[in-house]
Amino acid sequence: MIGMLVAGADLSPAGIFLRWGIFSIQLGNLLVIIAMLVLFAVALVLPFPGGRRDK
Amino acid sequence: MTHLDGIETDNTWTGRTRRWLLKRLPPDKLLPNTQPSYVASWIYVFGMGAIASLLFIIVSGVVLSFNGPMWYHLSVLGHFVNSVHLWSVEFFFFFMVIHMWGKFWMAAWRGHRVLTWITGVVSFAVSIVAAFTGYLVQTNFDSEWIAFQAKDALNAAGIGAWFNVTNFGQMFMWHILLLPAAVFVIVAMHIVLVRVHGVVPPLEADDTDAQLVGQEASHVATH
Repeated sequence: MIGMLVAGADLSPAGIFLRWGIFSIQLGNLLVIIAMLVLFAVALVLPFPGGRRDK
Repeated sequence: MTHLDGIETDNTWTGRTRRWLLKRLPPDKLLPNTQPSYVASWIYVFGMGAIASLLFIIVSGVVLSFNGPMWYHLSVLGHFVNSVHLWSVEFFFFFMVIHMWGKFWMAAWRGHRVLTWITGVVSFAVSIVAAFTGYLVQTNFDSEWIAFQAKDALNAAGIGAWFNVTNFGQMFMWHILLLPAAVFVIVAMHIVLVRVHGVVPPLEADDTDAQLVGQEASHVATH
């Protein structure tokens, strides 16, 4: 029961927030957005293994 | 079913529906064993990444539903399955956003594919609502806080009486039944439309698009 209450309390910290003027974003969210942009760019330029065989 | 000179003349609704389905989506289009060469590119894999993530979401969600929303507070296995559910959602949106960027910048609505684009956008929107209701059923203080913040926005929009985020039972049913069913149906429609119209080519390969070639042929024939 105590474990359940502790789990329910969610005592984890709110995270690191970055602020530029009126703009603010959590570091984790910013890292996910950067990762998506990097993967998008890499997908455009990286050759596909064994590609361009059919039709 | 009758045949007259090789032409099927069955006019029952089942016969007409079958002919319409076979014309729009013949078996070789529904389950193709080859794809055009331009599909061999990393930018074409993110849609399937989102579908694979969705399967993980559904399977982990089904396992969670056997034991209820409190299970993960009390069990290591429950915590693991709950984490699989959470991270599958993270990957689902991660892949879906990159898929959407790729399709937006190649104007994927070309060649009669506007409904494919629209079903993709709608599935994105409905998935966001489904994910938000997931935050509401964590059964912890975090979910209570989120619910009490969200209720003000929904009341301001005038829908709080019908979609009450502080009603755990209602939000639980929306999260495990109504919204997943909606996401599943819309994603299925999206995939079927991709099969019907074919995978959209890159902009520079427009002339290889059977959809646009057909359009140009009919354009020439009528002028």
